[in-house]
Order: sequence, then structure tokens, then C-alpha cells
Amino acid sequence: MNKIPNRQAICNVLLEKAKEDKDIMVLCSDSRGSASLAPFAEAFPDQFVETGIAEQNLVSISAGLAKCGKKPFAASPACFLSTRSYEQAKIDVAYSNTNVTLIGISGGISYGALGMSHHSAQDIAAMSAIPNMRVYLPSDRHQTKCLIEALLQDEKPAYVRVGRNPVEDVYSEENCPFQMDKANILTEGKDIAIVACGEMVRPALDAAKILEEKGVHATVVDMYCVKPLDTETLLKAVEGVSAVITVEEHAPFGGLGSMVSQVVGAKCPKEVINMALPDAPVITGTSREVFDYYGLNAEGIAAKAMELM
Amino acid sequence: MIMENLKAKAFDLRKDVVNMIMEGKGGHIGGDMSVMEILMSLYFCQMNVTPENQDSPDRDRFVLSKGHSVEAYYAVLAAKGFLDIQDVIKKFSKFGSSYIGHPNNKLPGIEMNSGSLGHGLPVCVGMALAGKKDHRDYRVYTVMGDGELAEGSVWEGFMAGHQYKLDNLCAVIDRNRLQISGNTEDVMGHDDLGERIRSFGWHVIEVKNGNDIDALNKAFEEAKTVKGQPTAIIADTTKGYGSAVMENKANWHHKVPTQEEYQQIMADFEARKEAALNE
Ligand SMILES: Cc1ncc(C[n+]2csc(CCOP(=O)(O)OP(=O)(O)O)c2C)c(N)n1
Ligand SMILES: [Mg+2]
Repeated sequence: MNKIPNRQAICNVLLEKAKEDKDIMVLCSDSRGSASLAPFAEAFPDQFVETGIAEQNLVSISAGLAKCGKKPFAASPACFLSTRSYEQAKIDVAYSNTNVTLIGISGGISYGALGMSHHSAQDIAAMSAIPNMRVYLPSDRHQTKCLIEALLQDEKPAYVRVGRNPVEDVYSEENCPFQMDKANILTEGKDIAIVACGEMVRPALDAAKILEEKGVHATVVDMYCVKPLDTETLLKAVEGVSAVITVEEHAPFGGLGSMVSQVVGAKCPKEVINMALPDAPVITGTSREVFDYYGLNAEGIAAKAMELM
Repeated sequence: MIMENLKAKAFDLRKDVVNMIMEGKGGHIGGDMSVMEILMSLYFCQMNVTPENQDSPDRDRFVLSKGHSVEAYYAVLAAKGFLDIQDVIKKFSKFGSSYIGHPNNKLPGIEMNSGSLGHGLPVCVGMALAGKKDHRDYRVYTVMGDGELAEGSVWEGFMAGHQYKLDNLCAVIDRNRLQISGNTEDVMGHDDLGERIRSFGWHVIEVKNGNDIDALNKAFEEAKTVKGQPTAIIADTTKGYGSAVMENKANWHHKVPTQEEYQQIMADFEARKEAALNE
């Protein structure tokens, strides 16, 4: 059972790289604890900026730092980062093309019973709709590490969403194939394709195992790069299967499901079923309880696949 | 008529809060404790809001801008007859519950949903403005955290409150000097907060002991007499008030007590309650 949440994997990379690269900066909005970035603030006080509870300020200050040669990582709960500072992300980061990495922590419904103010079920849609904004939802700690290392190599805006709790590994330290903006096909099967992102990838993979026992062969795609969507890998994965299922921790509109449906509908039309959170405040509970309730787990995905067979 | 001893009752309501947090396995305990007397003063002494008149257009309005202190709010709403406290304690934050970790206006007595900081004051500007337009003499109250004041929207609200001369508006600041990452003055300081808000054209009242209901009532009464400008009450409170286990400790912002801490906290509340009864 993995104990390291993806947010901590981000901190580990930044701690490592900041030793050599003094331009790396971390910014938090009273969020260093929840972002697992307190060790960074301790180790590199000169490379850390605290804005207080001011997400708009956080993003604009990051843009200003970036414009003057810094490499800022702005970390704040995904709910506030993606909606409160939406215009700052649109204008100061994406439109002005500043080298800011926005880190949305405790994404999706990580905050469980705290309710809709604290859920970010709109962030993929919102951020993806901005020209020049890239959107990434890494599936486990190993991929998170590879992604952050890759983002340190380029100078373009990006939004990364991670959850609060540790997730089961999809990859391992030795085996984590990673190419920027290239999705991974995790299993290949001829019957159905399951395309997932972020922390829904692991249950999608587990669903494939359940299906295999029932004689149904599933292709599973880890589409961590929601934008730019890897259409090449997507089309390869859906070619030949009879139906496609998308799975995401997001509202049913404008997220991974919408984007996959667009591509499949245009290039190789077939049935695409979107599994997502409802278009409503979700039921009160821990994220596990909520996922189970809406069938966003291995059993639920497998059951949906069987319906389509 | 025997006046209820509100100072003692404050510790009974604190016990409700801690029981809620133990049951629900989560909660913003520190800010619940600092804001308790502010909510009690408003609901038991100041505002004309009851379960009977909750739909009246003339009721006073309240928005808990620091929505994370919802546990204290539930306890006060229950004591006021809006909610059943046993039901709240049993179900708080549990699967399928309507008592979530922030105010939700599907519940009786709650006007607005909150939880994202920096919304309450501008919303209350709207409510106060509506009262002026409709020539109704209800008053509008909000409570903000001091860390919350870093949100720019708060200062936009201060500007608008002054611009529209909203003397029916009163903003309380729970000045406990702590937020998640530590001391507010280290995170994003306010220098002389009273002077700052005064310079935005507000009448400012500084309450030295913001956990003293009498002092708070006095401030709210003064606010009612102010004409032509809104009032801000800066209540110097103690985060975690009621037990040395959590008083003035930043790491008690959001925390579930251990069994040992629970016993100690409850004993401390009981002792303070006794002291209040014997005062
Ligand atoms: C817009 C927004 N950003 C961040 C948070 C997360 N958060 C919840 S409570 C809190 C600290 C609040 O500190 P303060 O306002 O001083 O409240 P208090 O000390 O009374 O608990 C933060 C950052 C939030 N709820 N809303
Ligand atoms: Mg505070």
C-alpha cells in the first residue's frame, strides 16, 4: 500500500532540483501544509513566497516572477486555484505566456465532506478552455515525478492537478515509461477501451483485471495529458474495439470525456460512455465513499463495460 | 425572568462542537472556539432571527464568511431551535449527511453557502443595499477570519460598503492572529488593522476581549447608533479558546483531539463553565 501522495512527490522533485537551480520558486497561499510543501519553505526560504489567503495574488505574482526569469510553481487547493484565480491564469499566465506551473492540490473531491466550495470538478474544463494552457492529471507518484521533471525542462504554462490522498501505484520506480504529452497504453485488449486520467487510472486498470476474468479484453489508456490530448495514442487505442469508456474525477461536462468523445466522434465514430461525477453537489462522504456511491471504482467501471458488451 | 447565563452556556456549546468533531472525524476546531461568543452574541442578543420568522423579509441577515467554523455555527443554530443538536452530532460529515463541513443553505437558518473565504462581506454589501432600496430596517452581519482578510475581495467589499453608506452593515473580524500556516502577521500582516479599515471609511470598534459576550454586545449596540457608514468590529479573540490544550496553537486550526486530549478539553470546558456560573 503506497503511503506517498502525489503532492509529496512534487515536493520531493522540487527539493532536489532547487539545490542546483536558484530560479525555481514555490508560492503558496496559506497552503504549504496541505501542499506538502512545508519542507520546501524550510529548506529554501529564499525561494519560497507566501501570499496568505489570496489566490489571485498568488497567480499574478507567479506570472511576474516568471516574466523576470524565475520558474514559479504556484500551489493552492485546486478548487480555489482554478476558479478564484481563473482570470489571472487566463491573462497573466496563458495569454501572456509566462513560465508558471499551477499546482492544484487536493483536486476533485479529495476534500470529501467539506462540500462543493472545496471540490474542483470544473478545473479540467475551465483550464482546458484557455488557449496556451496545458492540463495534466498524473496517475501516481512515479508519473508525477516524471511530469514535474519534464515541466522544469520547458518554459510554458501548465496546470497540474493532484489529489490529497495516496493512490495505489500504476507504475514503479524502475518501470515508469514517460514521454511528454504522450499517453500510455497500459493494457491492450480487443473488446473495449477505457480511457482514464489522474487517480481514476488505477481503478480503470483494476477494472480491466475483473473484465479479463469474465473473458472481456480491455485496452486501458492513461491519458495524463488531458490537454494537449494525445489523439494519436487515443485513436490507436480505440481502433477495433466496440465501445469506449472514459473515467474521470470531474463534472460530466468539458472534461476528459467530452474531449475524447470529440475526437472519437470525428475520427472513428463509435459509442463513447463518459463516467464522471454528477452535475450536482456530490453526496456527503469521504472521497472513497463518494466514488463507491457513483460507481467510480473498479467494480463500477467493469459493470459499465459489461453493459456495453 | 431569569436571564440565561450565556457565558456558561458558551462552554456547553463548545462541548457540542467537540463532540461533533469527534463523531465526524474532522473539523476546524480552533476557529470554532474563537468565534463562539461572537455567534452567540449575534444569535442570542442582537439579531431578530428565530425559526418562526426565518422567512420574514424584515429579519436580520447573517453570513458566516469564515465558513470553516461551521461546527460552532451548527451548535448555535441548534441552541436557537433551528437544528436538533443530537442529530447534528450523530451525522456531522458522515456519509449522506446534510451537515457538511461548511454552511449550506439547504439547512434551516442558513442564508448563504460559504467555505471559500472572501465572499461574505461583498454578499452582505448586496443584502444591506437591498435593505436600503426596500426601506427595510433589518441589519446585516458577517464574520470574517483575520487570515481571510488577505483576499482582495474583502477590500472591494469594504470600499463598496463605504461608497453606499451602508450603516445597516456590520462586519466582525475574528482577530485570533492565527491562520493555517502560523501567525497572521508572519503570513500576511495587517499592521494596525483598525487604522486600515478606518481609512476605508468605516466606523471601527476594537473589542479587547472578543470572547466576552458583554463586550461584544456593547460593540454591537454602538454599531447600531452609527449613521452614514458601516461598522467593523475587530474582536481580539483567542484561537482554541476554552482549553489550554488548544489555545493559541496554530496546529489546532483543523484537528481531531485524541481520546486523552478530548478528556482534558471537556474537563477544561466544565471548569470554565463553573467559573462563569460563580462569577
Ligand atoms: C478562498 C479560500 N482559500 C483557502 C481556503 C482554505 N482555508 C480554510 S480556513 C483557512 C485559514 C483561515 O484563517 P483565518 O481567516 O484566520 O480563520 P480562523 O483563524 O478564524 O480559523 C484557509 C486558508 C479557503 N477556505 N478559501
Ligand atoms: Mg485567524
